[in-house]
Amino acid sequence: MADLRVNIGGLEFKNPVTTASGTFGNGEEFEDFFDLDLLGGMFVKGMTLEPREGNDYPRMAETASGMLNAVGLQNKGVDHFIKEIYPRIKHFDTHIIPNINGSTVEDYIEVAEKLNEIETIPAIELNISCPNVKAGGMLFGTSCPSAIAVTEAVRKAYDKVLIVKLSPNVTDIAEIAKGVEGAGADSVSLINTLLGMAVDAEKRKSVLSTVTGGLSGPAVKPVALRMVWQVYNAVKIPVFGIGGIMNATDAVEFMLAGAAAVQVGTANFIDPQIPVKIIKGIENYLERHHFDSVSELTGAMEI
Amino acid sequence: MSKIIADHVVVEVRYPVNDSFIITLRSPVDIPDILPGNFAEIQIENTTGVFLRRPFSILDVDYESRMISFFIKIIGKGTKKLGEAKRGDKVSLIYPLGNSFSLPEPGKKVLIVGGGSGIAPFVLLGRNLKSNNNDVTFLIGGKSKKDVLVSSLFSGFGKVLTTTEDGSAGEKGFVTGHSLFKSGNIHFDKIYSCGPEPMMKAIGKIANRNGIDCEVSLENMMACGFGACLCCVTETIEGNKRVCKEGPVFNVNYLKWRI
Repeated sequence: MADLRVNIGGLEFKNPVTTASGTFGNGEEFEDFFDLDLLGGMFVKGMTLEPREGNDYPRMAETASGMLNAVGLQNKGVDHFIKEIYPRIKHFDTHIIPNINGSTVEDYIEVAEKLNEIETIPAIELNISCPNVKAGGMLFGTSCPSAIAVTEAVRKAYDKVLIVKLSPNVTDIAEIAKGVEGAGADSVSLINTLLGMAVDAEKRKSVLSTVTGGLSGPAVKPVALRMVWQVYNAVKIPVFGIGGIMNATDAVEFMLAGAAAVQVGTANFIDPQIPVKIIKGIENYLERHHFDSVSELTGAMEI
Repeated sequence: MSKIIADHVVVEVRYPVNDSFIITLRSPVDIPDILPGNFAEIQIENTTGVFLRRPFSILDVDYESRMISFFIKIIGKGTKKLGEAKRGDKVSLIYPLGNSFSLPEPGKKVLIVGGGSGIAPFVLLGRNLKSNNNDVTFLIGGKSKKDVLVSSLFSGFGKVLTTTEDGSAGEKGFVTGHSLFKSGNIHFDKIYSCGPEPMMKAIGKIANRNGIDCEVSLENMMACGFGACLCCVTETIEGNKRVCKEGPVFNVNYLKWRI
């Protein structure tokens, strides 16, 4: 059997399949459906320094081959995560990776410092790409100097593996990836959702309470693949590929385009068992194509 | 509570009225306990424009023969496609999801008010209330006679009253205008409601004015249905809560409804 292990900034993942933040709750909602120990890792729901109620309903619109969301980082704050949620989920034998958010650089630093203290949390994902909050979020990730500034600041506050989640709502994602690499990121994950909107013609009304929201699902996959390939060619740090992965073939495509590992997102809503099916499907693919190790797939696309 | 995700086999699709159907499916595994108000997420495949599963209240269940059924109104592409399912087709279901209606003490008098596809949870609710020795009255509203035909589903569980907007069956008007609600006539200990939101709000208002406990079942748009995405939230006195997980059944006074 092929070796499924991958290495991200010195941290070993048992396989390259992880679940994307915002699509997997804190894992608990999926315990009914499969053994979470099988996952390479799980990126839990985005958290902030203070609790947030998120945006008003409606927060979701179905689109052609995808969906828009405008949840707006509803969460009870990092302290609640550390005191209440983490003790309930830490027994899972998989990397639990918090996704951190802030309105200011100071917010990010404080959240990172608190998580740095938790010995068994091996990594964080710095979210500078949430399109659904008024302050901070994507604003940090859409300009190179601010992406670098927040990454540098969090790097100083956080000793373990730092993954920076990039926004696709930029002119040159490779430039920003290079910037955060230089600022000390161990890895980048991409893409977060694409900014979009939906209109209800009959009601002559915007569908989302926030008008705009983040597009995800198979609709964004070609854009995500292109960006993963561009970033892979621009940086030396490993890349998490995200964007419309619905099955093992999609996951393999992302790895061939340059991803070292993947995050499965929106697909979890339709088939909560999909991460395990993808792990099995990748194993199958490696056997069929006679690979010894899954890491051989990374960037193996021929042109 | 254990949940199942499995391909079910379509046993029957029948149309009691032309815009709504009852679909019955057989589970490949034992069906877990279903409570009144629980729902399922149904996957509708190969339909352009339908990406997510669709949530539907569970109409009825037969544990012995592993059958589960749904009462579904055709609203869009997804429900239309599901209504075209043939005997033997496979459909993926996830259930049971959400919370359930709470039962009052035995002997209490209850009123169940609904309209449209909102009547779906009332069969299980009616049966449970009957076996709990409650005195049950159903009040079912619709535009015309055909919309309230389904009220016959409840006749075994209590008294059934109807209203229609055109007066073709029962009393003419909306459910909220039924003579049942004329002052001095309301002798209920509990009211349950499911249907269009303006109707539930009006019923909630009547319940509050008469000091009657009232539970409603919401049907916010959902992406996942099992608590992961936080898309279906409703505002409550304790902040935003997930309709799919903390709901779909809420006490009206827990909601931030201005009623």
